Amino acid sequence: MIKLENVTKKFPGMKVPAVKDLSMDIKKGDICVLVGPSGCGKTTTMKMINRIHEPTSGKIYIDGQDALKMDPIKLRLDIGYVIQEIGLFPHYTIEQNVATVPREKKWSREKTKQRVDDFLKLVGLDPEIYANRYPSALSGGQRQRVGVARAMVSDPPIMLMDEPFGAVDPITRARLQNEFLRIQERISKTIVFVTHDIDEAIKMGDTIAVMRNGELIQHDTPSDLLSAPADEFVSSLVGRNRSIKRLHLIRIREILDDVDRAKPAAIDLPLQEIEKRIEESSIRSVMVVDRDNKLKGVIGIGDLKKKAGEVASDYMNDLPDSVTSDATLNDALSVMLECGEGYVAVVNEEDQYQGTITLGDLLNVVKEEG
Amino acid sequence: MLQTLREWLAVPLVLAAAGAAIVVYSVNNPTDRLVASYLTYGKVMDSLSEHLWLMLVSMIGATVVGVLVGIMLSRPGLFYIGKGVEAIVNVGQTVPSLAVLALFLSVLGLGFRTAVFALFLYSILPILRNTFAGIVNVDSSIIESARGMGMSPFRILTRIELPIAYPIIASGIRTAVVINVGAATLATFIGGGGIGDLIVTGLSLQREMIILNGAVLAAITAIILDYLVARFESYLVRWS
Ligand SMILES: Nc1ncnc2c1ncn2[C@@H]1O[C@H](COP(=O)(O)OP(=O)(O)OP(=O)(O)O)[C@@H](O)[C@H]1O
Ligand SMILES: [Mg+2]
Repeated sequence: MIKLENVTKKFPGMKVPAVKDLSMDIKKGDICVLVGPSGCGKTTTMKMINRIHEPTSGKIYIDGQDALKMDPIKLRLDIGYVIQEIGLFPHYTIEQNVATVPREKKWSREKTKQRVDDFLKLVGLDPEIYANRYPSALSGGQRQRVGVARAMVSDPPIMLMDEPFGAVDPITRARLQNEFLRIQERISKTIVFVTHDIDEAIKMGDTIAVMRNGELIQHDTPSDLLSAPADEFVSSLVGRNRSIKRLHLIRIREILDDVDRAKPAAIDLPLQEIEKRIEESSIRSVMVVDRDNKLKGVIGIGDLKKKAGEVASDYMNDLPDSVTSDATLNDALSVMLECGEGYVAVVNEEDQYQGTITLGDLLNVVKEEG
Repeated sequence: MLQTLREWLAVPLVLAAAGAAIVVYSVNNPTDRLVASYLTYGKVMDSLSEHLWLMLVSMIGATVVGVLVGIMLSRPGLFYIGKGVEAIVNVGQTVPSLAVLALFLSVLGLGFRTAVFALFLYSILPILRNTFAGIVNVDSSIIESARGMGMSPFRILTRIELPIAYPIIASGIRTAVVINVGAATLATFIGGGGIGDLIVTGLSLQREMIILNGAVLAAITAIILDYLVARFESYLVRWS
C-alpha cells in the first residue's frame, strides 16, 4: 500500500541527511510504527509520504502509483494527518476543525454534521459539550483527540499519525490506544504511526520500524523484534524486560478461554451457594453480577464473616476497577498492581462480566512465551 | 440587531450632538463681525465634508493597497523582501507628517489630490506592516496541518492565515486611522482643505471662537472614528 524506495532527504544547509536511503513496504490495513530516539528522522519520513517534504532522492508509491507525480492536494485529501504539534485552527470551533476535510471535499452539511458528531463521540468528546468550543478552551489531551478525529472523519484509506497520544496521561493513553485499536479492527486503515515510546510501538504496531540517525535499522513484527533484535541498538531500545514486554502483545480475550472462568454469583444468590463458589475459586472471592450479567461487585472470603445477610447483595463490595477484554495483559497487570489485588475482573464494552484474570495467569503466559 | 446598532451608535451620536451644539451656538452668537462673516454653516459643512473625504479616500486606498501588498510580501518567495520593507516602514513611520506633506507639495503641487496622496502613503505603513507581520507570525504548525489536509495555498490564505491575522491587521488599520485624522488637519497647509482650514484661519485672524470650532470638530471626528474602528476590530474575533 505504501512503498518507499531508497528515499533520502537532505534539508538545505544540513551536512548529514535527515533520512538516509530508506526502503520500506507497508501492507494495506497494517499499522506500521516508526520508533527511535529524538531527531532520528521519524517525522521527516512520515512527512515525505504526504509530500509536506519532497524527498531529495528515491521513490514513493501509494497503491502502486508514484506519489511524487500525483497532485499533492488530491494526494493529501486521502491521507489523514495528525501532526506532532496538533495544529488545530484557533479561530474555528471544534466542530469546524473536525469538518475541515469534509468542507474541502464539499460534502453536504447534514452528512458533515453527522460524521463530525460520530467522530467526536468516538474519541470520547461529547459533541453537546465540545462542538461549539474553541481549541483554547480544551486541555492538551482533548486537543489531541480532536486532532485524531479531524484526521479520521473523512475516512481516508491512509493515516499518518505523529505521536498522536503524546500529550495525555498514561491511563487515558492506554484507553485511547485500546479504543483506537478497536476502531482500527473495524475500519482497517493503513497507518504510519510515530512514537518514541517502545511500549506503545509494541502494543500498536503490526510492524515496527526502528530508526537511528536517519537510517532504518530493523523493520519487523513486534514479536520478531523482541525475540530477534537486529543489533545492540535495537536490543537496548526494547530493553531488558522483554518477556514482560510481551504482555503488551497479547490481548486479554486471547487467553480468556484458557483461564479458570469461575462462575459469577447472581445478586440474589443465597449464602450457602456463595460459600461453595468461594471455596471452589482460586482467588477465594466471587464476582457478583445482576440479571443482565453486568458486573456489580465482589465478595471475598472475609466478607462472609464480617457481614450478615441472606443473599449476595448483602455481602458485596464495590470493585475497585476492571478491564475490558480488548485491553492487553499489560493493562491487566497495571490494574492489579494499582489495586493491590492478585486478580482483575474482565468485562465487555457493555460492562458485562467475561471472566477473571489472576496474577498466576500472567505468569503462565510469560513462562510459555519466554 | 437594534440592540447592537444602538450600542454602536450611542457614543458617536452623543459626541456628534455635542459638536453640533457648539457649532450652532457659535454661528448664532458670533463674538464679532469677522467671526460672523467667516463662521457660517456653509463654511463649517464644507470643511467637515472635505475633511471626511480626505480621510475616507486615503484610508480606503491605504487599506486596500496595504493589505494586498502585505499579503504579497508574506508569500514564501518574497519573505526576505518583506522583512526589508518592514524595516523601511518602521523608519518611514518616524518621519513627521508635516514633513511628508511638504515633501509631496514640492512634487505634486498644491491641492486636494496631493493631500489625499500624502495621507494615503502615510497611512499605508502601519497597515502593510501589520498585515505582513500578522500573516508570517501564524504558527507554522497550523499552516502545516492545513497543508497536510489538502488545502490549497489560496484556501489557506483566505480561510486560515487572514482570519488568524485579522486582529493584528485590524489594529494596523486602527493605528492608520489615528495617524490619518491627526495628519488630515494639516492638509490645509498644502491647500487640501478640511477642518484644518478653520484652525489656521482662526489663528491668523486671531479669533478664538473659530479656532475652538476647528479644534472641537477635529477632536470629535478623531474620537468617533477611533471608537468605531475599535468596535469593528473586536467585532469578528470571538475565539482567542
Ligand atoms: N524543516 C527542517 N529543516 C532543517 N532540518 C530539519 C527540518 N526538519 C527536521 N530537520 C532535522 O532533521 C532531523 C530529523 O528530524 P525529525 O523531525 O524527523 O526527527 P524525529 O525523529 O521526528 O524526532 P522527534 O522524536 O524529536 O520528533 C533532525 O536533525 C532535525 O533537526
Ligand atoms: Mg518528530
